[in-house]
Amino acid sequence: MNLLAVVGEALRALRLNRLRTALTMLGMIIGVAAVVLMLAVGQGAQTTVNQAISSMGSNLLLVVPGATSSGALRSAAGGVQTLTMGDAQAIAHLPSIKATAPIITGTAQLNYGANNWSTSVTGVTPDYFAVRDWAAESGALFTEADLRSGTRVVILGQVTAKNLFGEEDPTGKTIRIKNSPFLVGGVLTPKGQSLDGRDQDDAVFIPLTTGQRQVFGNQFPGTIRFMMAQARSAEVMDEAETEMNRLLRQRHRLSEGMENDFTVRNMAALAAVATGAAKVMSIMLGAIASVSLLVGGIGIMNIMLVSVTERTREIGIRMAIGANRRAILGQFLLEALVICILGGLIGVALGVAGAWAVSLATDMVVVITLGMIALAFAFASAVGIFFGFYPARKASALRPVEALRYE
Amino acid sequence: MPSLHPTAFEDCLIRVENVSKIYSLDTSGGASASVNSQVLFDVNLVIPRGQFVAIMGHSGSGKSTLMNILGCLDTPTRGHYWFDGRDIAALSDDELARVRNHNIGFVFQGFNLLKRMTALDNVATPLLYAGVSRAESRKRALALLDQTGLVKFAAYQPSQLSGGQQQRVAICRALINNPPLILADEPTGNLDTQTSREIMAIFQMLNREQGITVVLVTHEDDIAAYTQRLVRLKDGRIVHDEATAQ
Repeated sequence: MNLLAVVGEALRALRLNRLRTALTMLGMIIGVAAVVLMLAVGQGAQTTVNQAISSMGSNLLLVVPGATSSGALRSAAGGVQTLTMGDAQAIAHLPSIKATAPIITGTAQLNYGANNWSTSVTGVTPDYFAVRDWAAESGALFTEADLRSGTRVVILGQVTAKNLFGEEDPTGKTIRIKNSPFLVGGVLTPKGQSLDGRDQDDAVFIPLTTGQRQVFGNQFPGTIRFMMAQARSAEVMDEAETEMNRLLRQRHRLSEGMENDFTVRNMAALAAVATGAAKVMSIMLGAIASVSLLVGGIGIMNIMLVSVTERTREIGIRMAIGANRRAILGQFLLEALVICILGGLIGVALGVAGAWAVSLATDMVVVITLGMIALAFAFASAVGIFFGFYPARKASALRPVEALRYE
Repeated sequence: MPSLHPTAFEDCLIRVENVSKIYSLDTSGGASASVNSQVLFDVNLVIPRGQFVAIMGHSGSGKSTLMNILGCLDTPTRGHYWFDGRDIAALSDDELARVRNHNIGFVFQGFNLLKRMTALDNVATPLLYAGVSRAESRKRALALLDQTGLVKFAAYQPSQLSGGQQQRVAICRALINNPPLILADEPTGNLDTQTSREIMAIFQMLNREQGITVVLVTHEDDIAAYTQRLVRLKDGRIVHDEATAQ
């Protein structure tokens, strides 16, 4: 019996029990749709995390002050200001380091005409933009000369620019930060969300020196809030971390046995953790959805077993007129497979539609790839073969005489 | 007409030698607790090509079991069965299926057509199992229905046909692979007298004009009267075997 004829037989048999076929198929449809949808959501989460990581800049190390102890008192990282401009310059000279970016931060009220906006004001060196891999979309970034002379120039993030200027071009305009006038040098390209969920585009940047002298004021001149350092390559990250620790201990005159008054964080390790978490979530979602596919498979097995019993006489007749065991096995296996493949097709369509609806209804990122559709489809077919095989084997193992006698 | 009891091996389509059939009814505790029931006792039967034979007997006489063995649906517990010179006991399940498909046409009391399938597809199905393409199978089935005057029922399903019509479709199905043997198990059991006569006339015609060997199980004497030879079974043994008065 050729394959086309067997497929035709299977379709005909399934058409005879429309409702039953549809209900059995529904189990597959829901299972496949769930797998596609969950994989899409999981992949979306991974994409979001990856974007946040790449927006951070590459090969970054973060140095924050603190973890200090004076006598019995210990403070968390960032609690005191122990890092200086000098530290940043010294680290920049380490062989494994490409550049450093010392940073001071604060919050201030910004005014432009009638608009005002409160946001974070960050004092940085020109190297900061290189380290963060962040370019100006319009206008220009400030220079070393601006840093040396403490110019009142400000670079705006996208969100801040929009809130202060609307559709107007901010470059060359003057805004007020804590009532001091600043010339807008340019607007940065958008970065999106950071790993901790902050909007990186809602910020403004001024030269570090301008910040220290004119905006924040500081009881310890020359100190910085924290710094970023960029290693020369991903391979030297660990080396850079060790060198920085050694150098800072030396500069801070920490003798043997004294705790660090700073903390060096390897951002690559942090990124790896975040990526790993997203991947685990993605796998979990897929695994949970697969359970529904498994339940659908059990439904198929159940119905196929009922069908084999109901059609025992038909099987007997077919054997009497010359069907061999393989033909009977093929017939019932194919019926199960047709349910799975049709259910799989509808399920994929439904899953894609569901993912699209989720992306419209929420701000979640969903990503559908051809690979995950193929995976869901392959899984559905495997379920069909696995759960269809036992009933089909049962049918083909019937003895012709007994099957013919069955009422 | 060939002799009733041929001896030359090649003249025999069916040669049954000392065939016994024992069913073991498994009760509860495995082999030792099984109850054996013997249905056939050392049956010997030789049927030459082209013969029209009736097998008669009461229910429980073993005639159905003998038919199942003759039809390669079942195998004997002991003894030998040569069909067309081949020892059936030595064949695998798939080879038995092949013999049923190519060499034997079955006609049943309950017609046993496949439900919700047209008469045409019912007749064509054995060809599909023989590996013939669907289009070719349909063409040949249609030609056969045409020859037998059933072509107007080709698109009907069994439930839309009368008993006589169904049985004639079933005979077409039995003939589609041109088998040398037709086995008919009470083919007129569900039919009225007039229709029974028509069906028997068909068997007679097939036997006389096409030389097809027909073995027929019945419990009606007037049906047996259409045949050339009457084999009577009682309690699993052949008790009577002679030419019918024609």
